[in-house]
Amino acid sequence: MAETNQPLITLRSVSEQFGPVCALQSIDLHITKGRTTVLIGPSGCGKSTILRLINGLLQPTSGTVEFEGKPVLPANVIELRRRMGYVIQDGGLFPHLTAGDNVVLMARHLGRPTDEIQRRVEELCELTRFPLEGLNRYPVELSGGQRQRVSLMRGLMLKPDVLLLDEPLGALDPMVRSALQTELKSIFQQLKQTIVLVTHDMGEAAYFGDTIVLMKQGRIVQQGSLADLRERPTEPFVREFLNAQRSLAFP
Amino acid sequence: MRTLLLLILIWAGTDLAKAEQAMVGSKVFTESYVLGEIARRAIENAGVTCGHKQGMGGTIILWEALKQGAITAYPDYTGTIREEILKVKKEVTVEELRTELARQGIGMTHELGFNNTYALVMNRQRAGALGIRKISDLRKHPDLRLGLNHEFLRRKDGWEPLARKYELEMKDVRGIDHMLGYTALANGSIDLKEAYSTDAKIAENNLMVLEDNLNFFPAYKAVFLYRLDADPRVIKALKKMEGTINEELMMKLNAEAERTKDYSLAASLYFGEKAQKIAQGRTKQMAGKIAHWTGRHLLLVGVSLLCAIVVGVPLGIWASKPGIVSQIIISSTGLIQTIPALALLALLIPIPFLGINPITAIVALFLYSLLPIVRNTATGLQDIPVPLRESAAALGLEPGAQLRKVFLPMASRAILAGIKTSAIINVGSATLAALIGAGGLGEPIISGLNLNDHATILEGAIPAAVLALLVQFLFDFLDRFLIPKGLRLERTVR
Repeated sequence: MAETNQPLITLRSVSEQFGPVCALQSIDLHITKGRTTVLIGPSGCGKSTILRLINGLLQPTSGTVEFEGKPVLPANVIELRRRMGYVIQDGGLFPHLTAGDNVVLMARHLGRPTDEIQRRVEELCELTRFPLEGLNRYPVELSGGQRQRVSLMRGLMLKPDVLLLDEPLGALDPMVRSALQTELKSIFQQLKQTIVLVTHDMGEAAYFGDTIVLMKQGRIVQQGSLADLRERPTEPFVREFLNAQRSLAFP
Repeated sequence: MRTLLLLILIWAGTDLAKAEQAMVGSKVFTESYVLGEIARRAIENAGVTCGHKQGMGGTIILWEALKQGAITAYPDYTGTIREEILKVKKEVTVEELRTELARQGIGMTHELGFNNTYALVMNRQRAGALGIRKISDLRKHPDLRLGLNHEFLRRKDGWEPLARKYELEMKDVRGIDHMLGYTALANGSIDLKEAYSTDAKIAENNLMVLEDNLNFFPAYKAVFLYRLDADPRVIKALKKMEGTINEELMMKLNAEAERTKDYSLAASLYFGEKAQKIAQGRTKQMAGKIAHWTGRHLLLVGVSLLCAIVVGVPLGIWASKPGIVSQIIISSTGLIQTIPALALLALLIPIPFLGINPITAIVALFLYSLLPIVRNTATGLQDIPVPLRESAAALGLEPGAQLRKVFLPMASRAILAGIKTSAIINVGSATLAALIGAGGLGEPIISGLNLNDHATILEGAIPAAVLALLVQFLFDFLDRFLIPKGLRLERTVR
């Protein structure tokens, strides 16, 4: 299994500075192929910054971000982004395009054959359980959950090597959220997709994550399986974080 | 952009093609219109086709137009030529003026026969009550309200030097249009105004001309200025008019023009033709005229707006990016907006290959239209939420494609609103184009203003207002096609 364990994405002592504010301090991180890595931590810990470094929306102040062993640079970033799906809170759908046009925007731009696009859209609708007739609706006409399904389809359209999800369920009400969690998990299992998911919810992290990366104030506190974090915490903060989240879920 | 240039060229070309062999200009007051019309007839009688650009503006605009060849001749006065055009001392003789003008390629006829000097006038009864006869009497009445036309206020032989010479310290001096000033004098909103000594209004309104007891006003003998390279028949026709109009006749012609609101009737009176007015066909003629003005107006608005869109949208895109360039673009287009339209026209005229023609008007309108388009484009783009910007980039769209496929459509409502604002302002501002002889609906407005004739003003003002409304409707209609449906739904759903 050497091949599957090879890291797809590697961050080497990456730091990110926004003016005087230090968002990340010398991060080392490996994203393994075919697995779900969850970045978790209190808000402002830098977890979203890592996603935006991976797809080149941000450039590291120091250190390198590598994709398949090659550094992500402004020169190759556009090409690399087409191999990464990106789904954000509330979907980030373009309001002037229908759901369908949002999904196929990039494929059409790249001049993919129409029948191939059509087939892929039908496949994705089935996968995400999104009704075909809903493709003609505009984002404002969709519910929050449906918008996330469309956003997920858009992210998966080009069969990316990795799917980056930034709080994808953060804006949904608890019922829809729990239903979608279950569906997402089954989708991820079907696709054997490499996933990097950002959340602040420990329950969600535990549910999805093969590897959980716990962060605090711009650095990684501990990474490992849920069992590792629970049984072998490296710092008191790990236990505190886990306990705080559990007491929220089961008061 | 290339088709646009082509359009302008074709238009300029048609202008030239139908252009007459000679063109007379006139300033914006009755006497100038009448003299201009008389000259046009005299030139046509000599066998040269001739047009008349009526009421093109003040002295400097006419002078520049003559030098640039936009017009062949126009009537002016020796005092104005001395003080305003050549800016020489009072002692310089008329012959010396002629030599100096010839050096610049311009000829001057001998006197037409009357002196139309400036004068100060006031209501006869009020003057009697206050015991005012001469200008120096005003020293005792510093509280009288003066309404002087703008040219007189600033002239070298105008108000300020006059006040200095007579040691007047008037407290209330305002600028007002020459013809409107007579109305203001009649209804008592001002006490004193400037006048031309041949103004028909002096006798009509029973006004008193204050005696110039210190001999301040120079002589203003009427003459024609013409280009020395004009057709010899034109020059001969103009010279034939020397010494043929005395003060009495000029006052009569002015009165006739103001009574009938028709300069060509007054001109006919000069030629001794029977003044005939064909009542029939007048409405038809008017409809034709309004259609012609409206067509010209639309052309001015259309071409300038199109240029403004072609230039303004890219500038707005550029200005939407943070940085110093954005600041420069927004503040310089804003700066243009603060220049009064009239001043902008006057500033553009001396620029080579602009001059007195419709292109100058289009350039001015274009500059005025820029700000709303640039600013709305920039704000529309800046208002796109960061998560959506990042989503467009994260998909892997190139920057150009992000702009084309996502950002511009999302900003379309703001951009169209900017274009609509520009178009409506443009319809209004284009009335000023008539001041430099570019035509349009401003033409009847300005002549109406000079004749104090409300009906003529409305001939231009009503179509202009209707046009502004139509433009508004047109854009509201276009919104439905040009703003993507998803954005329009957003408004109704939320």
